[in-house]
Amino acid sequence: MDAVTTFFEMGGYARFVWPAYGLVSVVALGLLVMSLRGLRCRQKELAALQERLPGRRGRVWE
Amino acid sequence: MLGLSTPSGFIKVSKLVSPWLWTACVLLIGAGLYFALFVSPADYQQGQTVRIMYIHVPSAWLGMFGYSVMALASAAGLVWKNPLADLVAKASAPIGASFTFLCLATGSLWGKPMWGTWWAWDARLTSMLILLFLYFGYIALQNAFDDPGRGARAAAILALAGFVNVPVIKFSVDWWKTLHQPASLMKMSGPALHPSMLTPLLLMVSGFTCFFVAVLIVRVRTEILAAKIRALRLSEIHAAQGSGVAG
Repeated sequence: MDAVTTFFEMGGYARFVWPAYGLVSVVALGLLVMSLRGLRCRQKELAALQERLPGRRGRVWE
Repeated sequence: MLGLSTPSGFIKVSKLVSPWLWTACVLLIGAGLYFALFVSPADYQQGQTVRIMYIHVPSAWLGMFGYSVMALASAAGLVWKNPLADLVAKASAPIGASFTFLCLATGSLWGKPMWGTWWAWDARLTSMLILLFLYFGYIALQNAFDDPGRGARAAAILALAGFVNVPVIKFSVDWWKTLHQPASLMKMSGPALHPSMLTPLLLMVSGFTCFFVAVLIVRVRTEILAAKIRALRLSEIHAAQGSGVAG
């Protein structure tokens, strides 16, 4: 138990070390979730459009 | 290059690469965290706060790497008029901005106990803050035009002009007297870190880089879909106008 407490105390710097790790996790995961959500959103939007406009694939360049 | 410069080629390659990138990301960051939090020693001067380095340095790296990707892609978009390059630049900006913010925030949390202050108008810190503002300016400029092509061109010029800040950040600790410690990783004479600290740092830097590329791929794919949606909407409007004239 003592080892666990010592670990979380971070030599008295717990209030600086853990918020730093927490902030990085929250922002990185938030960025990932928002990016994935954006992709799903566009996929649904495109599928709905293609259903309404059959025969058009929305080719852009290439 | 593997047909990467066309949207369909990009999607094909990205679907192949993404699972490997995510696996590498989880493994590298998992191992990095283990070494950073459990194995590596406390610093003899900075004590346990040195563990903030293992997330602060990779964040700083991604802040500058993201800007470099954005500037290079912007240049490619301007020179070769490749629309995919514009999308890569656009997709890179929010990721780079997030990590620049994280670099500043974790630096602040490290600075308070070690320097006695959350913030100082020091060369390294100030140039990093300017990088964050350049990202904000780039994103704002891109969205300031109704025509995405014009927005991309204007933002690309800002990205290139602002690129001068990246070497300024890198060398700020050599050019000016600063609170920030000098370079210890990317040095001509090799890294000045003990292997017990270098191992977790390199693992974290590689893991963060995999994360950046993997999220970049997701965002570029989103932008490709958005362009397709725009093209479909336009063709729908043209078709409606055409039938209106004929009728």
